[in-house]
Amino acid sequence: MKKTLLILSAAGLSAMLLAGCGGQTGSASQGSGSSELYVYNWGEYIDESVIEEFEEETGITVVYDLFETNEEMYPIIEAGAVSYDVVCPSDYMIQKMRKNNLLAEINFDNVPNISQIDPAYMEMSKAFDPENKYSVPYCWGTVGILYNTKRLEELGVEPPSKWADLWDERLSGEILMQDSVRDAFMVALKKDGFSMNSTSVEELQQAKQALVEQKPLVQAYVIDQVRDKMIGGEAAVGVIYSGEMLYIQEEAANLGLDYTLEYVLPEEGTNLWLDSWVIPANAKNKENAEKWIDFLCRPEIAKKNFEYITYPTPNKGTFDLLDEELQNNKTVFPDTDTLVNCEVFEYMGDETDAIYNDLWKEVKSN
Amino acid sequence: MNKKILAGPYLVWMIGFVIIPLALIVYYGLTDRSGAFTMANVLSITKPEHIKALMLSLALSFISTVICLLLAFPLSMILRNRGMGKGSFIVFLFILPMWMNFLLRTLAWQTLLEKNGVINGILTALGLPRQNLINTPGAIVLGMVYNFLPFMVLPIYNVLCKIDDNTVNAARDLGAGFWQTLIHIWIPLSLPGIISGITMVFVPALTTFVISNLLGGSKILLIGNVIEQEFMKSSNWNLGSGLSLVLMVFILISMALIAKYDKNGEGSTF
Amino acid sequence: MTRLKRNFKRIWQDFYLVIIMLFLYAPIATMIVLSFNNSKSRSQWGGFTLEWYSQMFASRNIVSALQNTLAIAFLSALIATILGTAAAVAINSMKRVPRTVLIGLGNIPMLNAEIVTGISMMLTFIAFGVTMGFKTILIGHITFNLPYVLLSVMPKLKQTSKYTYEAALDLGASPLRAFFKVVFPDILPGVLSGFLLSFTMSLDDFIITHFTKGAGVNTLSTLIYSEVRRGIKPSMYALSTVIFVSVLILLFISNLSPKKQEKN
Repeated sequence: MKKTLLILSAAGLSAMLLAGCGGQTGSASQGSGSSELYVYNWGEYIDESVIEEFEEETGITVVYDLFETNEEMYPIIEAGAVSYDVVCPSDYMIQKMRKNNLLAEINFDNVPNISQIDPAYMEMSKAFDPENKYSVPYCWGTVGILYNTKRLEELGVEPPSKWADLWDERLSGEILMQDSVRDAFMVALKKDGFSMNSTSVEELQQAKQALVEQKPLVQAYVIDQVRDKMIGGEAAVGVIYSGEMLYIQEEAANLGLDYTLEYVLPEEGTNLWLDSWVIPANAKNKENAEKWIDFLCRPEIAKKNFEYITYPTPNKGTFDLLDEELQNNKTVFPDTDTLVNCEVFEYMGDETDAIYNDLWKEVKSN
Repeated sequence: MNKKILAGPYLVWMIGFVIIPLALIVYYGLTDRSGAFTMANVLSITKPEHIKALMLSLALSFISTVICLLLAFPLSMILRNRGMGKGSFIVFLFILPMWMNFLLRTLAWQTLLEKNGVINGILTALGLPRQNLINTPGAIVLGMVYNFLPFMVLPIYNVLCKIDDNTVNAARDLGAGFWQTLIHIWIPLSLPGIISGITMVFVPALTTFVISNLLGGSKILLIGNVIEQEFMKSSNWNLGSGLSLVLMVFILISMALIAKYDKNGEGSTF
Repeated sequence: MTRLKRNFKRIWQDFYLVIIMLFLYAPIATMIVLSFNNSKSRSQWGGFTLEWYSQMFASRNIVSALQNTLAIAFLSALIATILGTAAAVAINSMKRVPRTVLIGLGNIPMLNAEIVTGISMMLTFIAFGVTMGFKTILIGHITFNLPYVLLSVMPKLKQTSKYTYEAALDLGASPLRAFFKVVFPDILPGVLSGFLLSFTMSLDDFIITHFTKGAGVNTLSTLIYSEVRRGIKPSMYALSTVIFVSVLILLFISNLSPKKQEKN
């Protein structure tokens, strides 16, 4: 016993030494100094070599941290226990942060590459940032239905074209829904022709009822595991972000799957989302943050990121650099006229948020 | 030198990082957003969705604990009777999985249990029908048993190792059969270990949110999920704290029930 | 008992052990297989590759998460072992009431729900304006490790005789010297198992880290959790496989070394 323990402890120690003075990297004090930048981004939402390039070019040390959901990110920024310099939340969350005075105005003199961003997306941003003062678009996309052609054939179900098709009883156990309040309610609200930003209690109750009815048909509520599960042929249909499609198509081709996965934008209209870079009001290295944003807006850099994360880029310069085939990929870059019924999520205040959350809990516990 | 001073740092630490934090939970649990006293957070446990989540958690963690006990006891008996002394290789094999990350282990179960997963692959290869394994309460129980089994095996095994062979032989000589020795010797003497084991399986199983998310497809809401959502998604710390308080009360009650059988109270775990 | 019956029993027992081992190691085997999978997808086999092993240390996030994980596990185990052993020595010489109180205090983080422990610490750090980061994770881990050290050391202390310690004092040894020469060797196995247990618990912890971590600090657990959203990088499986295999090899080596005590 003694011996084994000793050896194991020694192993632990040497492993630590091997890994280098681990503590230092982590405990690097969050001091002032303008050679640092605290970035807070979604997981797997950047090509890591881009960070290195940025560091090499500017001499700024990037401390890079990840979050999983907007809702998880918000209290951390709000509490201010950690002060990040640049964050990448989604539309409605940017609105919420702006309303609660958590954002700093971006000095666009330091972001000349803003000219590369397609004005259409700056226009879209106005839904949550009316004067385009606080945010710079990073990625955008739609939410739609991904379906497995072969599996649907086996089940004798025609390919879905609208949200209501996700209530088809023949799809029992074959549906993957999004595990987030807003996305789930978006599906149910849109199905009945309501706005996804509805604050009407009756409409929300109806949507909740619909979700409760749908629950027995749902195989699982997942986030981005939809991608892996659909590639694995686990389910017939799934609600998914358009940005995943490039990866899925590529992977399906690589693996030589005997089924195809298709993406459809539901007729009733869907969620048009935008993730943008913002600078929190308590940022300590604001100028570095602006350098960061400017760097990411460079067409070559944005292209690199696009190739890694595959989510549509709002960068006009990057779009022009892409292959024609990709430019014409309507799943990734849909024509604007197909997006007529689409909406951007809005922040509706803490009270309405609480109603959504309570109703969602009722759905989940049912 | 007064030895008692040595407990000073420990005491300070525990007050600073256990007592004060718990006091804060109590504070948040008993106030609303504006800081006024309220019982609403605690009483919200009676809302149907909360009570349902709590009951489901209690049921699933109870089942998992029983299964762990049923698996661990014979296992520890075999290990002990084989003379696999303390620190032997086999015993370490039960701790070893813990060096592989908990989340990865649980994710690996997804790959095993999925519709087109490994287990169903084996079943179809054997010409058996596919089973719907993932995203069920059963999958959650499996995840709990898998992750917490070592916490049941180790304490039971440790007390069993301390039982003198002579006691057992004496019972045999007096004519006791297998079941009689089991009921009158093995079980009573290993009770402290069993109790530690039950505690160490039941509590984490009752409060988990990760296992139910990963193996239950988020379709099954446990009390741990509710609390986690209140803190991390809805940013409602008051409600989250209130529900945590209720959970603590439930744990205290279970511990008190268990402690009635635990005469040796301290230090029997490892 | 007849020989046949005994053999039968042995076979049955072996069977049982094998089944349990299968259960414990099936997911681990799965993960090892996935680390050689050419496809990034968890559910499809895309051919054999060693790519993920070569990429393992190319990712900065993974390297720093690994460093943090090991540093936190080691430091928290070490500090908890020192604090806990000192406390155990003190508690052992106390009367019943303070003794029960102190041990009860230690039991709180172990009996309390991990999620509550984690959240309560998060609330405290925020309330006192402590910037969350490496040190807050470390504090969290030391806190939940302390009871394990206490529980490992206390029983060993009970077995030691206080007369040898007093004899050493009578012979002129200083209390510190007497402790390290006489008492410490007796409780060493308890101290070591407390350390190892703490190290293991810290390595495997997700929940408390999840709530106490701050900017730019990830352990392997939290990094994996953030990757669940967009699919786990197979390099993660590769890294875990490497960790697992090295520990396994170490165990083998330590077990092969002679002086195996056979117990009849």
